[in-house]
Amino acid sequence: MPSTVPIEWYIALSVILFTTGAMGVLLRRNAIIIFMSVELMLNSANLLFVAFSRYLGDIDGQVLVFFVITVAAAEVAVGLALIVIIFRTKRSINIDEINLLKG
Amino acid sequence: MGNPLLFIFLAVIAIAAALGMLFSRNAVHSALFLVLNFATIAVFYIVLNAPFIAMVQVTVYAGAIVVLFLFVIMLLGAEQLRALGSLSGGDRWQRILAGVLALALVVVTFAALLQIDVPGGDIPLIDSSPLALGLALFEGYVLPFELTGVLLLAAMIGVVVLGKSKKRGEDA
Repeated sequence: MPSTVPIEWYIALSVILFTTGAMGVLLRRNAIIIFMSVELMLNSANLLFVAFSRYLGDIDGQVLVFFVITVAAAEVAVGLALIVIIFRTKRSINIDEINLLKG
Repeated sequence: MGNPLLFIFLAVIAIAAALGMLFSRNAVHSALFLVLNFATIAVFYIVLNAPFIAMVQVTVYAGAIVVLFLFVIMLLGAEQLRALGSLSGGDRWQRILAGVLALALVVVTFAALLQIDVPGGDIPLIDSSPLALGLALFEGYVLPFELTGVLLLAAMIGVVVLGKSKKRGEDA
């Protein structure tokens, strides 16, 4: 075992977390869980930003994390508002039942 | 860069929490697993010399965003919304395809990891205090910062408009 953690480990962990989030988006039918999975994917990207910032000795990676967090917060606010509205009309947030736009 | 044992310990918790979020039938449990995952990643940030990012992670993600999730779940009473139920239906091939795609992503990335030359060795710690972060933000990223403000304003207006229209239109 190496004495310090090589960056490959962080990349591997980030990929595993990202894949878990992508699986959540593909597999789950509950719209709220899908949003949580998207958050997980954004978080894995943030982890990689910070890891590369540490291993390259460059603070720009940490600055970019702020932007990602901001976008994530805005996305969650709008997304959950949409979910609440859809629930009021359809009485469900199962994405298989949300097909109003279907021609 | 941290201690390998600490990394493995935290990584196991993070992956287990992510899988727990993925497979929980109850949406509230999923949200709580998500908090655990965010907290673990915050510890990773501290290990990686980013203490301020770690605090932002805890307050914004584990605090604000997950509280918003829990609020909506409980507002809608959507805890048990046929969580994994429809998976047993006719879309079994979707599961298989998703599994294959996920496996492909992991395999491709690990194969790439074996070939690339990534930085290693002893990298000196950089100053990552809030002061240094703020200077980096406002010296190199002023325009993105302003655009972020516009994005937040747009999101805020969007949510207000969405919230209003449903009150007026749907009551009838």
